[in-house]
Amino acid sequence: MKTLVLVEHDGTSIKDSTLATVSAAAALGEVHLLVAGANVGAVAAAAAKIAGVGKVHVADSAHLEHQLAEDVSPIAVELMGHHDAFLAPASTFGKNIAPRVAALLDVMQLSDILTVEADGAFTRPIYAGNAIATVKSKDAKKVITVRTTGFEKAAGEGGSGTIESVDSGSASGKADFVGAELSKSERPELTSAKVIVSGGRALGSMDQFHALIDPLADKLGAAVGASRAAVDAGYAPNDYQVGQTGKIVAPDVYIAIGISGAIQHLAGMKDSKTIIAINKDEEAPIFQVADIGLVGDLFQILPDLTGKL
Amino acid sequence: MKLLVAVKRVIDYNVKPRVKMDGSGVDLANVKMSMNPFDEIAIEEAIRLKEKGIATEIVAVSIGPAKAQETLRTALAMGADRAILVQTEDEVEPLAVAKILKGIAGEEQPQLIILGKQAIDDDSNQTGQMLAALLGWPQGTFASKVEMSDGFASVTREIDGGLETVKLDLPAVVTTDLRLNEPRYASLPNIMKAKSKPLQTKSPGDYGVDVAPRLETLKIVEPAKRSAGIKVGSVDELVEKLKSLGVAK
Repeated sequence: MKTLVLVEHDGTSIKDSTLATVSAAAALGEVHLLVAGANVGAVAAAAAKIAGVGKVHVADSAHLEHQLAEDVSPIAVELMGHHDAFLAPASTFGKNIAPRVAALLDVMQLSDILTVEADGAFTRPIYAGNAIATVKSKDAKKVITVRTTGFEKAAGEGGSGTIESVDSGSASGKADFVGAELSKSERPELTSAKVIVSGGRALGSMDQFHALIDPLADKLGAAVGASRAAVDAGYAPNDYQVGQTGKIVAPDVYIAIGISGAIQHLAGMKDSKTIIAINKDEEAPIFQVADIGLVGDLFQILPDLTGKL
Repeated sequence: MKLLVAVKRVIDYNVKPRVKMDGSGVDLANVKMSMNPFDEIAIEEAIRLKEKGIATEIVAVSIGPAKAQETLRTALAMGADRAILVQTEDEVEPLAVAKILKGIAGEEQPQLIILGKQAIDDDSNQTGQMLAALLGWPQGTFASKVEMSDGFASVTREIDGGLETVKLDLPAVVTTDLRLNEPRYASLPNIMKAKSKPLQTKSPGDYGVDVAPRLETLKIVEPAKRSAGIKVGSVDELVEKLKSLGVAK
């Protein structure tokens, strides 16, 4: 099977989500990549070095700078004329584009696959991860988004793919990029961090969230996450949200602070290797998934903990 | 301007789903069902656009079993003007839903179609994007803000790195994220009034759509359970644990 992986990049570097998606694609067959963007020669060169990559198709054009779904999907559809499976990471980037590709190919997409099974079957989470479905697609071509925590990252070096330019098409003219407000942080990225410190509504305010969570995260070299309740209350920005409809994370250590553990939150973090929970309510559902729990007042525990580290 | 809003009847978000012992699915017998939370946000956004005088009519659509009428009545009670139920007892996959919605869009000619970004049962996150592709319309997915002005929609999107704003030509498709708005509760008088609002029943065949599934589900199982953990009694003990995990020195 010949696969086409949509590369997630920011114009200069390739995101780790791409590397996990390449691993999923390698389990299906030959791996080709699609890099779409503006002035992406360096990205394409880096993509060709990913271990196991055969060919890198590059669509390089000014109108692709912001990789709008309306403009990228026709390029992928064209390339799918001679590929059997299209894979994209199940990030907001991949989720925005893949279903468009699927519909244009008249294919029903497999969202968020966790594993590639024998005989062309896949597993995927449904009901916020409370059930795992094993599914098979009857479509001749497959369109897949990949839950990146489910797959090891392919090595970023060692490959020797060939680079080939493809027709970039033209702008749809129906959608324009206006602007972006991207969170800037010195901390590791949430989806690839080894340690995450995550805060909930019990923090009480944005000021307390930052005053208590940030120093602990800094001590541990951790990324900062949040529950939906904390984001809705304005304590943390939307891109911190971990959960069913936010980011899916699986760090080595996840520290949940003042998070009760609604199923929607657990859906986003329960594959973490070690879960530590700090909560004043010993009946909180978070303790049912936590490996290590500490019951008590976070306003006393956190300064003490941060001080002792 | 006419708006089309798609809604789905799903397991209530407060209910913990139970997987059937025989691996055939999730047990939905005697389980509370509600409107998909993202679709409530979609209806609310449409109502706000009508209250601002931008929208003139809101048509709510659901594709599902006879009981999805209740979900549509909720949409009508919140403030939608009329409803269309495309009735089928079969499970309909996002691709087929998108094709049916395309058929309805052809008849209704809305300027904006608003959908939830995903349904909390199958967690697919596909229908809005597929619909936009089939119609050849632009899309504003995962919206946290929608502003309408002369033939355009400015949509602020929640993306992994933060927020992004796109300007879309109308007609367009928007899918909602959590922060777009806080949906209202329907008042009792409005619930009564909703009973007399028009609700039309159709079938997938009326739109020439074959809903036969493309995916075959082999089995549905519970995820691996995490083994019970331990409680520590003090911050000092927690510090020791963090050291033994290698995350603290």
